[in-house]
Amino acid sequence: MSAGWEVVIGLETHAQLSTASKIFSGASTAFGAAPNTQASAVDLALPGVLPVLNAGAVVRAIRFGLAVGGTIAPRSVFARKNYFYPDLPKGYQISQFELPVVVGGEILIAVEGVEKRVRLTRAHLEEDAGKSLHEDFHGMSGIDLNRAGTPLLEIVSEPDLRSAKEAVAYAKTLHSLVRWIGICDGNMQEGSFRCDANVSVRRPGAPLGTRCEIKNLNSFRFLEKAIDFEVRRQVELIEDGGKVVQETRLWDPQKGETRAMRSKEDAQDYRYFPDPDLLPLEITPQAIARERDAMPELPAAMRERFIAGHGLPASDATTLTASKALADYFEAVVKAVGGEPKACANWVLGEFSALLNRLEVEADAGPVPPAALAGLVKRVLDGTISGKSAKDVFAAMAAGEGEADAIIEAKGLRQVSDAGAIEAIVDEVLAGNAKQVEDYRAGKEKAFNSLVGQVMKASRGKANPAQVNEILKRKLGQVAGLAP
Amino acid sequence: MHDRPLAALAAGLAAREFSSEELVRHQLDRIARLDGGLNAFITVDEEKALAAARAADERLARGEGGPLTGIPIAHKDLFCAKGWKTTCGSKILSNWVAPYDAHVVERLAGEGAVLVGKTNMDEFAMGSSNESSFYGPVKNPWDRTRVPGGSSGGSAAAVAARLVPAATGTDTGGSIRQPASLCGVSGIRPTYGAVSRYGMVAFASSLDQGGAFGESAEDLALMLNAMAGFDPRDSTSVERPGEDYRRDLAKPLAGLRVGLPREYFTADLAPDVAACVTGAIDELKRLGAVPVEISLPNQHLAVPVYYVIAPAEASSNLSRFDGVRYGFRAAEYADLNDLYRKTRAQGFGAEVKRRILVGAYVLSHGYYDAYYLQAQKVRRLIARDFTEAFEACDVIAGPAAPTVAFPLGEKSNDPVQMYLEDLYTISVNLAGLPGLSVPCGFGAHGLPVGLQVIGNYFDEARMLQVAHRYQLATDWHRRRPGNLR
Amino acid sequence: MLTLDEVRRIADLARIEVPEGEVAALQQQLNGIFGLIEQMRAVDTAGVEPMAHAIDLTQRLREDAVTEEDRHALYQEGAPQVEAGLYLVPKVIE
Repeated sequence: MSAGWEVVIGLETHAQLSTASKIFSGASTAFGAAPNTQASAVDLALPGVLPVLNAGAVVRAIRFGLAVGGTIAPRSVFARKNYFYPDLPKGYQISQFELPVVVGGEILIAVEGVEKRVRLTRAHLEEDAGKSLHEDFHGMSGIDLNRAGTPLLEIVSEPDLRSAKEAVAYAKTLHSLVRWIGICDGNMQEGSFRCDANVSVRRPGAPLGTRCEIKNLNSFRFLEKAIDFEVRRQVELIEDGGKVVQETRLWDPQKGETRAMRSKEDAQDYRYFPDPDLLPLEITPQAIARERDAMPELPAAMRERFIAGHGLPASDATTLTASKALADYFEAVVKAVGGEPKACANWVLGEFSALLNRLEVEADAGPVPPAALAGLVKRVLDGTISGKSAKDVFAAMAAGEGEADAIIEAKGLRQVSDAGAIEAIVDEVLAGNAKQVEDYRAGKEKAFNSLVGQVMKASRGKANPAQVNEILKRKLGQVAGLAP
Repeated sequence: MHDRPLAALAAGLAAREFSSEELVRHQLDRIARLDGGLNAFITVDEEKALAAARAADERLARGEGGPLTGIPIAHKDLFCAKGWKTTCGSKILSNWVAPYDAHVVERLAGEGAVLVGKTNMDEFAMGSSNESSFYGPVKNPWDRTRVPGGSSGGSAAAVAARLVPAATGTDTGGSIRQPASLCGVSGIRPTYGAVSRYGMVAFASSLDQGGAFGESAEDLALMLNAMAGFDPRDSTSVERPGEDYRRDLAKPLAGLRVGLPREYFTADLAPDVAACVTGAIDELKRLGAVPVEISLPNQHLAVPVYYVIAPAEASSNLSRFDGVRYGFRAAEYADLNDLYRKTRAQGFGAEVKRRILVGAYVLSHGYYDAYYLQAQKVRRLIARDFTEAFEACDVIAGPAAPTVAFPLGEKSNDPVQMYLEDLYTISVNLAGLPGLSVPCGFGAHGLPVGLQVIGNYFDEARMLQVAHRYQLATDWHRRRPGNLR
Repeated sequence: MLTLDEVRRIADLARIEVPEGEVAALQQQLNGIFGLIEQMRAVDTAGVEPMAHAIDLTQRLREDAVTEEDRHALYQEGAPQVEAGLYLVPKVIE
């Protein structure tokens, strides 16, 4: 975007793990409770309380490590990150520092059809902080600690991303993956998945420039806009003879700009050290094997299978595997139909996806279950109804009017495929449209279409179009053959 | 009644010779009469104590009592007890009422022990003289111009003055054994992980361990039977089968190898204390024990290492006291940071602040490796010394403190001199081992001296056996301060 | 040995106000303590594994289950300043 400059981006993503209870306490993680009603003694850091690690958080970290092909540390260590902030009750955050639970791995992204591997540095377990509410309490802030202690997996990428578009593609792929493997609900409005972007610019081939960290980007749109703004800001700054200062910045969606965070002005010294209240986390090969066996097929593997096994075009396979719900739906339809993956894919990616978009729901929450769509696809394939009627049937199914067969009967949409009945109609039409027959004979191809239309009309749309074509061609040929 | 050891009180209660209510009233009267001069308690609650005593009496009447049912006890004021003010000897928690029970409090209450009060202590357990308490110093019952030791000085003094027959304490660097020595009572710090730290306000998490004071080793065994045991709420609580700490008390000491660390008997040890400890070792020999000279070559590094690790952990543990959710908040402040800075400056005492600053420094950027990491490595060397020593002996014996009780004010302005009080106790905490102190005579000014017995990991029963056999042969533990009737 | 500026810096890190008139005395006390600590720094610890815990065990895991109920009224009883269930602090600046 800025000629002569290379953009370098790395993302730190916080995915809230979908456990029932917090990472170090038995308090609920449910969103939206009244303030501090889900802040237990441990979450409030009352004197004397101690943390105990949630097995559910560990299992989810293992799953992530397996899904990205990272190394799951046989021994990882929880550390304290010390700083004062009112939403951090202990005055330290329990995180992982020197020995994280997952090291390495990669995410495969595609931007405008071009694939790229983005390396991951690490993923570590940590606890979320509470929230400061800035509505006016006589000029004070209100602290709600319900979110304090919610388990997070912080996923850190290498600075492998070269544009805002790549960053968004990476974030979307990651977002899909964490939901795919069932470790995060991905709800961005509720903050379950949020990104910090480290952005710097440099002349191609030059060493890395000074980076700025943009915090808490909780939508893909903001991520893209914030990076674009930040790149422009840095380039202009440098081109005007200035220098980028390493700092933490916040995206202001109202103003459409990033600004330096005042609270982070002084250089932080977090004084990390191993948490003496928590012992080293050991993950055995058996525990890893258990999760590997329980893992669903991963999107990349499934995409390959759709291409190689089902013969789908790559673009269909990519779209179908963008979400686990959609991929599962597609597989269920193919199974119920008993094959015909391309026809099934057309329906899933066509009418069905359009419906989901309209309703803004996931594939597993739509009004047409896979078996029902399969029932419709079968009727199209066996010629019971025309493709045009099928769209009407689908709309009726979406409106809750019942199964395909019942709707076809109720609306009388069954195609006439009885050759005798169609021949009778064709004969009638030929007899009543001598002019068109003559035109056709004279070589006017259009006349044929008109005759097809007449037959379909006479059958009230129910005649099987393929059969109509065939019979009409045969009869016209006979008529032609009789000509002198 | 206050002249009887715990086991005898339990027998009196079981025989209905007196009720728990009578016993508790007796002790409450004694506290009311004597504690004004000792300042061993921060909080005493007659109403709660008498209600618990009556409940214990009902339980005894049903024949459901255990060895501690109806026995009055006190908790060091850093154990959370629901509905009780829990101050940690600090201004910053001066108004804090604990909304839950510590594991230790729950266990002892479950056994029917009657909590009569919370004892005074060095602020956040940081100190060896009990002079850093916001609630004023505790006086040594043997000589009220002298310190009781610390940090569990209130508990030690309360037991020494027989205000309660037993009390809890915590020992991070010697905070049970040193005051036990200075006050002439028995005190034990169990193996790290034996007693849950849940509800015990943290000073230095990797060193803190709850324990008990009583007149005798047998009393300590009874207390530990209730206090020790696995607690899923503490990640460092060790999961192991329960044990009866009295099980070896009856066994003779014949053939027991007693390790005597060369490094404990040097010029650092006051001659009067050395004489008492040597006398005690001679007694153990008469009882059949075999002395073995051992060496703990890194012993001299224990105090320096401790004063890196303990402040580092404390600086982080005490960050939660910020005036936001509970406790003291400064009356005036300009903004959020000022609220923190003033609350903590006014809420903490000088020694606590010094240690927080030392801790912040040794963890800070550029100093971590040289101080904190190095201390952790030397800590391993110190622990290894013990592992090697225990190949040659069964228990280790030596002094618990280098001197008898010193005058109030003598060391309170010299942190380093104060830190050296824990010369013989700190290495045990660094290694995570159990240690106890039992009275073994009187040194200068007729003040009590303690014999420290250090055991291998989870070898408390053997340490208590040694102490008990010694107490069967001697009567130092039965001596009382003469001025307290 | 700590400089006066270092004393001010760590006091700020630890959020403890130290009146300017007390910095020098505090520096002296702290340096006394660091004098005691000093002898530990010279020890050869090459190849020694740091000891972070007193026991050589690994972390026990808790089953993922909600075991806590709402006790905010009890927990907020002694709080310095509470309104609408929230803990109040001077305006937080981001």
